[in-house]
Amino acid sequence: MPDSYTTSEMMTVAAARRLRDGAVCFVGIGLPSTAANLARLSHAPHAVLIYESGTIGAKPSVLPLSIGDGELARSADTVVSTPEVFRYYLQGGRIDVGFLGAAQIDRFANINTTVIGSYRKPKARLPGAGGAPEIAALAGEVLIIMPQSARSFVKQLDFVTSVGFLDGGDARARAGLPGKGPVAVITDLCIFEPDPVTRELTVVSIHPGVERATLEAATGWPVRYFSRVSTTDMPNTRELSTLRDLIQRTATAHGPD
Amino acid sequence: MARIVSLREAIAENVHDGDSLALEGFTHLIPCAAGHEVIRQRRRNLALVRMTPDIIYDQMIGMGCAARLTFSWGGNPGVGSLHRFRDAIENDWPHPLEIEERSHADIASAYVAGAANLPFSVLRGYTGSDLLKYNERIRFITCPFTEERLAATPSIRPDVTIIHAQKADHDGNVLLWGILGVQKEAALAAKRVVVTVEEIVAELAAPPNACVLPAWVVSAVAVVPGGAFPSYALGYYERDNRFYKAWDGIARDRDTFRQWMQRHIMQTVDFAEFRRTLGGYAHGVQRA
Repeated sequence: MPDSYTTSEMMTVAAARRLRDGAVCFVGIGLPSTAANLARLSHAPHAVLIYESGTIGAKPSVLPLSIGDGELARSADTVVSTPEVFRYYLQGGRIDVGFLGAAQIDRFANINTTVIGSYRKPKARLPGAGGAPEIAALAGEVLIIMPQSARSFVKQLDFVTSVGFLDGGDARARAGLPGKGPVAVITDLCIFEPDPVTRELTVVSIHPGVERATLEAATGWPVRYFSRVSTTDMPNTRELSTLRDLIQRTATAHGPD
Repeated sequence: MARIVSLREAIAENVHDGDSLALEGFTHLIPCAAGHEVIRQRRRNLALVRMTPDIIYDQMIGMGCAARLTFSWGGNPGVGSLHRFRDAIENDWPHPLEIEERSHADIASAYVAGAANLPFSVLRGYTGSDLLKYNERIRFITCPFTEERLAATPSIRPDVTIIHAQKADHDGNVLLWGILGVQKEAALAAKRVVVTVEEIVAELAAPPNACVLPAWVVSAVAVVPGGAFPSYALGYYERDNRFYKAWDGIARDRDTFRQWMQRHIMQTVDFAEFRRTLGGYAHGVQRA
């Protein structure tokens, strides 16, 4: 039996499992980076992690605090310039998976990382787009990892920074976006996948111990469920120890606050 | 041809009120010492450009140097918000800041276009993004060959680009390595280029395809050891993550910020003295 685990660990482990071995993955900083490195250190040793700082094939032994930590450069197969990583690798169609996080998401997996409130007079100014709009548009497919709450899973985004399925249905294809778009949204409560026709995010798996009422309360739209909803496998001992070792090494390397 | 001068001279001669000014460095090699000198020399009304405004832009914005900011991601990496950047946008403090917001792929391409002396950049991007609603300079064109619809955005050609690099030689040829970001493109896109370096050496000993800016594209080179602190210079020193965390507390409050800037930037003569003032306390902040 695995040890007890946190909901955050469940989220990271469930997200890591979605990254297949050998995939070329454009990785966002924070939760996506944690999940992608957990995947690399467990079932996906041949995953190629690319950070927008131009580090290609990064194999960091500790998690980067910033997207351009020296550890990423030192452990990479090569380091290319920012124009090169975006133009030749991403726009060039060489990325299988974009791994993103967000502050807000809607039911068609469009995401907001720009502002809460109005653009001109924001309640909270967020960092902004970074590489996300083009990653979301151009990567072969997209994985999104973010904690779930009614404030972040909203009916209406305050700002569409990067697109998922726009208004749903075939809107994404009609807009001419090359990538397939989001294939899974992994939260601390459940896993959503887009409905094959409507493209609305649909619950396919619920993490152990999570009640439907809890995840419905944490979602700003009426939740739809796949016809057969499964229970997410708990993190196993190896997944948990790999993740915890990684976090511990990171804390040691970056020093105390 | 590059002149090897003090940082004070380099900024005085090359950065003027009202200039468009880019300080580039993607987490690595951020020209922080040069940013401090811009603040010390009280430049005003600057049109700042930077893919990832971080602490040094928080400082320039909070000290009232900037009228305008073109950017694609504004945050304190690994920590959270830039409080002075947010206060300027949310509350017009210390004065209104006009922003032009773009994506990383766009700004990177726009520097490439600028370096290539083209008026605009073309990319496959922005479709469906609300950035289009608030930046009328992001437009679309139709490819004359395939009829594909593509985003077209103005190239970036700063009056001045400032970067930090590891080495220069006595002639002012500049060598940088590691995470290169957009520095080469931003430098070649600019009218004037200021480079701070860790050291000046007799021989760069650069392999043939290394990233070297020839002396004759550089306006001024200034030696500032540690000049990328609190970011890092590969092969010289690590990123000071503790400073990035401490900055959150310094910048959160207007008065604390102003006092810190007075003590550590305005009342110091140069970067070496600034670094000395951080001794005794952890980065100038009394810690609990």
